Amino acid sequence: MRGATCAKWAVGAVAIALAATACGGGGDGGGGNEAGIVSSSWGDPQNPVEPANTNEVQGGKVLEMISRGLKRYNPKTGAAENVLAEKIESSDAQNYTVTVKDGWTFSNGEKVTAKSFVDAWNYAALLENKQKNAPFFQYIEGYDKVHPDSGSASAKTLSGLQVKDERTFTVKLGQKFSTWPDTLGYVAFAPLPKAFFDDHDGWLKKPVGNGPYKVESYDKGTVMKLRKWDGYPGADKARNGGIDLRVYTDNNTAYTDLQAGNLDLVDDVPAAQLKNAKQDLGDRYINQPAGIIQTLTFPMYDEQWNAAGREKVRQGLSMAIDRAQITRQIFQQTRTPASDWTSPVLKEEGGYKSGVCGQACAYDPVRAKQLVQEGGGIPGGKLTISYNADTGSHKDWVDAVCNSINNALGNDKACVGSPVGTFADFRNKITKHEMTGPFRAGWQMDYPLIQNFLQPLYYSGAPSNDGQFSDPAFDKKVDEANAEADKGKAVEKFQDAEKILAQKMPSVPLWYQNGSGGYSDRISEVALNPFSVPVYNEIKVS
Amino acid sequence: MGRYVIRRLLQMIPVFIGSTLLIFLMVYALGDPVAAMFGDRAPDPATAAQIRRDLYLDQPLWKQYLHYMGQIFTGDFGTAFNGQPVTELMSSAFPVTLRLTLVAIVVEMVVGVVLGVFSGLRRGRLVDTTVLVFTLVVVSIPTFVSGYVLQYLLGVKWGWVKPAVSYEAALGELILPGVVLALVSLAYVTRLTRTSIAENARADYVRTAVAKGLPRRRVITRHLLRNSLIPVVTFIGTDIGALMGGAIVTERIFNIHGVGYQLYQGILRQNSPTVVGFVTILVLVFLLANLLVDLLYAVLDPRIRYA
Repeated sequence: MRGATCAKWAVGAVAIALAATACGGGGDGGGGNEAGIVSSSWGDPQNPVEPANTNEVQGGKVLEMISRGLKRYNPKTGAAENVLAEKIESSDAQNYTVTVKDGWTFSNGEKVTAKSFVDAWNYAALLENKQKNAPFFQYIEGYDKVHPDSGSASAKTLSGLQVKDERTFTVKLGQKFSTWPDTLGYVAFAPLPKAFFDDHDGWLKKPVGNGPYKVESYDKGTVMKLRKWDGYPGADKARNGGIDLRVYTDNNTAYTDLQAGNLDLVDDVPAAQLKNAKQDLGDRYINQPAGIIQTLTFPMYDEQWNAAGREKVRQGLSMAIDRAQITRQIFQQTRTPASDWTSPVLKEEGGYKSGVCGQACAYDPVRAKQLVQEGGGIPGGKLTISYNADTGSHKDWVDAVCNSINNALGNDKACVGSPVGTFADFRNKITKHEMTGPFRAGWQMDYPLIQNFLQPLYYSGAPSNDGQFSDPAFDKKVDEANAEADKGKAVEKFQDAEKILAQKMPSVPLWYQNGSGGYSDRISEVALNPFSVPVYNEIKVS
Repeated sequence: MGRYVIRRLLQMIPVFIGSTLLIFLMVYALGDPVAAMFGDRAPDPATAAQIRRDLYLDQPLWKQYLHYMGQIFTGDFGTAFNGQPVTELMSSAFPVTLRLTLVAIVVEMVVGVVLGVFSGLRRGRLVDTTVLVFTLVVVSIPTFVSGYVLQYLLGVKWGWVKPAVSYEAALGELILPGVVLALVSLAYVTRLTRTSIAENARADYVRTAVAKGLPRRRVITRHLLRNSLIPVVTFIGTDIGALMGGAIVTERIFNIHGVGYQLYQGILRQNSPTVVGFVTILVLVFLLANLLVDLLYAVLDPRIRYA
């Protein structure tokens, strides 16, 4: 029996070890709602939350609450309005003098000065700091020294930035850029306190900024508790006690939690629930335009797609897509059929103009078939539309687009969807220029300017020009627009450039995306801003 | 006995090295993770190159692996892309998943064995058929269906439980997810127990025990069950590892930030340190669970000896 007793001991020991880890826990969970505090759904930010490294909505939410830059985009109209900027002056659209308002501090008591901005921008642009938003500083003179295309930086700071005194600094751009001040509402341009540079890791664990909220605690991957900062000097003070951002593994679960009354706000209604959201939530369901456009981009680096006359094929394919039906049936009206390459949130004065795309974006199956034939048919005889299958419900709409094209062409094998396993893989194929057919492309604006919808995407050699479209006439129009000091005229020039896109069709505009959300009856005054992020500071708790 | 355990533990070392290498190769085969960090925007080449340099991604594969293993032996499992050390992720995820697994295993064992004994002792009668139908139904419902349905009914419609588990994930909150997780294996445990009991119920030693006039309960628990549980224990042992790694669906539905969720995130973002680190620990759990099962044999059946 000796062996057996021994084994019993061994088993007992392991069992106790297992049980020991099972203890703990308890306490009140994150389920309850504290008085005056709004609980909101969140996704784990992909990168550490710091201004120049945050390029997606989840991290952006936090920075929108804890930091304020020189300008802020009005949550309703999208207009760039001065916040910390007293004035931004220029006589030649290339040399700017920025004056920072007096009386602003970070929540740790440190004053916000001209240096807070200049240090933050220099940090962002420097290659060694690996900040993903570094290209936003490329217009400032000296960027090529601190962020060379290869090799290491030959300078530590941007030569175009000079601190003049405590509240003034000058910016020299490498080219004329009349609407440059309006880009300064983007999160990457936020000021940073000294604490960020002295103790970077500490700052990332608990970010400190100058916005209406301050971070009370941050439990990575689970919850971030933001509380109203009483010393906030701005006009947009928080109207609630604070926000709890809770990480959800799945937006379906967040929605269920909202239904059960354990969560106040979801800002991403799962596609499967869109049908019921109106019934479930009534007027507590939000569906409003955001600065996001979905397109199908053609690989213009592929000779087959770029050959002369092929633009007819591209236009024909665009005409073959029944946008109205797809947005109605698949997206439950949370998308709007697109007829230009910008977004309605820009408004007319900002450069949005429906119908720029003209006939090419109107559904006309008969004409579509003719055009495709005139252009020499689909290159390779078969169209594959690539998309990433891991997130979003891309499969549904890609299949619908293909059906629409097949019906128009009278050939049910003309178009198929081609799923790519993960987003990472999908982006790799795109950046390596390995695509042989059109692929899904989404563009979420960085700032509400028409320039942001055109230049990064279609200008020759532009950073996000995934299809490698290149057209001298288009480039010329964009350059002229940027040099134009008068906003109205600049917008017109950009629209002229857009008309060239309508002729060349380097990408098919599909639809403008709305932000969708829902909230509990505990809170009111909930709205989304043009970036589809909830305007947290306006929310009232009953 | 002691020497046997030590030998088994030593065997884990080559398995550990082999499995990390395999997983490393698989994650590596997924491709370059850097492009995805930039979202829908094309990565800035210089920044991307800098990130690759810092993550050792610009080195040949064998160098990457050696570098990674070198780090592991100093207790550094690398960092996830959001700047969190992987060890930190592990320390938050593993206890939660372990609790969830424990709930599932207990449910599986108690319900499964009890049902199995009932139907095994009444072979071919109504009870047996009912249990058979029940297990068939349970086996054929996929986890996400049972998960969402139960979550909606209990969480939203009747409000008995909270639909999402809080961050602490206390044992009480994990009962519903644990049951959902256990449902599939539960059927296997039931069938295994039933077959084994039905087989052994006609064995000589059972007849002897009954002839000795022992009470029925004692015959079943001490004599019949002890011999019949060997296949069941084997199954449950391997199931521990499977449940810990395979709780992805359940964890997503109930918002449990455990191993499955972290693995899912790691695979989606192609973050090799996360995936390799977590799977390596899972492999160790598998190995330990197997050792535990082998030792349990000796407890259940003294004739089995490990010299």
